[in-house]
Amino acid sequence: MADDVFKALADPTRRTILDELTQASGQTLFEICSRLSTRHGLGMSRQAVSQHLAVLESAGLVETRREGRYKFHDLNTAPLRQITERWLAHDPYGPEESTP
Amino acid sequence: MKIHMTSVFVDDQAKAEHFYTEILGFRKKHDIPLGEGARWLTVVSSEEPGGTELLLEPAGHPAVKPYRDALVGDGIPLAQFAVDDVRAEYERLTALGVRFTQEPVEMGPVTTAVLDDTCGNLIQLATEPKETAAG
Repeated sequence: MADDVFKALADPTRRTILDELTQASGQTLFEICSRLSTRHGLGMSRQAVSQHLAVLESAGLVETRREGRYKFHDLNTAPLRQITERWLAHDPYGPEESTP
Repeated sequence: MKIHMTSVFVDDQAKAEHFYTEILGFRKKHDIPLGEGARWLTVVSSEEPGGTELLLEPAGHPAVKPYRDALVGDGIPLAQFAVDDVRAEYERLTALGVRFTQEPVEMGPVTTAVLDDTCGNLIQLATEPKETAAG
């Protein structure tokens, strides 16, 4: 499972998809494609975006739900918490304060 | 050459007439019985009665359902209408019970939203920035 998360996060387009889903959850494939092309200059085929979404979904970072005739994509951050706790949970000092 | 008419398939022409005129605010232009309940039903913008007509065409052909199901599933609109202020339209139409599959979002210079026309189609509303709207 963790391997899937790291693989999913390794690609900049997939990270951009997660950025956009952070702004508004529950997006159709059309909205995700529109956001990638108009806001990020990532003009790619619908099939290519679908494949990226499939990788994110298999990692558990994106969940899809059907609502009547529509299909929406939601962000799920739970897998991110699991991979950070892997190391942070064993650090007795906790995460250091970092300047933004 | 210019675009005189375009069409969308609608599940029910009476329901479509109501939605496109009473809810969206278009004006009926032609309504001619074609037999067996079908009508030649067109609407135009009330801001531009001489402009492009939209034909609300019966969706009886067997190819229509799989075609529209696939597009609607992915959230793809079948037509786009220009509005002065997509956010104001979003507020007005949601108050009337219209379902949006995409809330207003700035897509580059254009702000868009996508609604369900209750007759089987998704429709995109778009507002272009004032500077380029005339160009």
